[in-house]
Amino acid sequence: MPTGLSSEIASRTAEHLELVLIAMFFATAISIPTGIWLTLRAGMRPWVLGLANVLQTIPSLALFGFLIPVPLIGGIGKRTAIVALVLYALLPILRNTLVGILGVDAAVRESAVAMGMTSGQVLWQVELPLAMRAILAGVRVAAVTTIGTATIAAAIGGGGLGVFIFRGISTVDSAQILAGAIPAAVMAIVADEGLGWLERKLSPV
Amino acid sequence: MNAIVEFRGVGYGVRQATGPLEILRDLSFAVEPGETLVLLGRSGSGKTTALKLVNRLLEPGAGAVLVEGRATVEWDPIRLRRRIGYVIQETGLFPHFTVAENVGLVPRLEGWPADRIRARVDELLERMDLPPAEYRGRYPRELSGGQRQRVGVARALAADPPLLLFDEPFAALDPVTRFDLQRQFLAWRRTFQKTSIFVTHDVREALMLATRIGLMHGGRLEMLAPPDEFLKTANEEARAFLASLDWRRETDAYRPVQ
Repeated sequence: MPTGLSSEIASRTAEHLELVLIAMFFATAISIPTGIWLTLRAGMRPWVLGLANVLQTIPSLALFGFLIPVPLIGGIGKRTAIVALVLYALLPILRNTLVGILGVDAAVRESAVAMGMTSGQVLWQVELPLAMRAILAGVRVAAVTTIGTATIAAAIGGGGLGVFIFRGISTVDSAQILAGAIPAAVMAIVADEGLGWLERKLSPV
Repeated sequence: MNAIVEFRGVGYGVRQATGPLEILRDLSFAVEPGETLVLLGRSGSGKTTALKLVNRLLEPGAGAVLVEGRATVEWDPIRLRRRIGYVIQETGLFPHFTVAENVGLVPRLEGWPADRIRARVDELLERMDLPPAEYRGRYPRELSGGQRQRVGVARALAADPPLLLFDEPFAALDPVTRFDLQRQFLAWRRTFQKTSIFVTHDVREALMLATRIGLMHGGRLEMLAPPDEFLKTANEEARAFLASLDWRRETDAYRPVQ
């Protein structure tokens, strides 16, 4: 059993990591452009941030459950789990992108415009580099939460390390629970440290 | 008709929660090549707004601002701004760019080859008494306030624009550094031969640097005169500014009796 367990730990960890990476990819790809767009549309901010906030307040197990009957994205399995994880990860990245860009010193932005930079140049060469630290902090928070939340994916057939945890709960086997919880915790710590390092490395000032 | 900048009956207002607020009213004047026109006024007199109309950070609500004979709204704003150097208080430098990257910004946007940018940056840093070998790789936060302001001037001069705009560039500096930069401003003017519009609330600075002083008050131009005429005028607002220079007489009454 130990050899069987350790190989299952390895495969479930890989599965878990896959869920997290795919979800983070989509969450980042949606949130950063939306955050940039919101910097230009003050009137839309309360609506979009409100929606993202509401999504985050839904208890995670309930959100996974709600999605099952939804056509196209729902059903049992990985796809539904990924959709739920993406919805969860939107808010921190979105909010930090918005706050990071709006937080760029107004005098710096004004002189960028006055030097004859186009709005694209202001965004790419001034606003995004100066907001990078805040954006990465948002990605870091989202990644750590996603790793934790992804354990619930097992409840709707999404696989991952949650499989051990749910199995351990139903058979009252704490070794099984730990087999899921410890790798998930290690993954969260590594993600937190790694993205924190990147944040310091890439932040310009 | 060879004025570099001309204001023709310019008005500018903003809408506020309390109703429309008029910031500039019927502003007309011309800036001749080579001169340093100083717009002097209190906070809220509209002088900074007037400056921002020149490089089209703002657009006039009435009348027109002409740059090189053409209304700013008819210029491509990007082309217009790259022909106008802009220096503002302390914070205008990009904190994530080195001194060399800050100074070389407009030449890079204009697509100059790298070696030409480098040569131009070094030349300007040399002129600003910032030895390139020592300063080109530094970040703005590693400079003193006076050094940052010199980098700001070098950045504005980089692409050799015919016109420079200064928005209270020395206001945040200590008086000794400020005086040093004001003196250098006069020397730079002789070297670079640029036309400048300079906004300040410091009457001493206006008298020292201006070829003509435009006195702004409540969104209007109260008077436009060379410094020696400004000193002799009876205009009330001008006298109010000049009184601040006469600190001796003002304070004598409050001196303790010996």
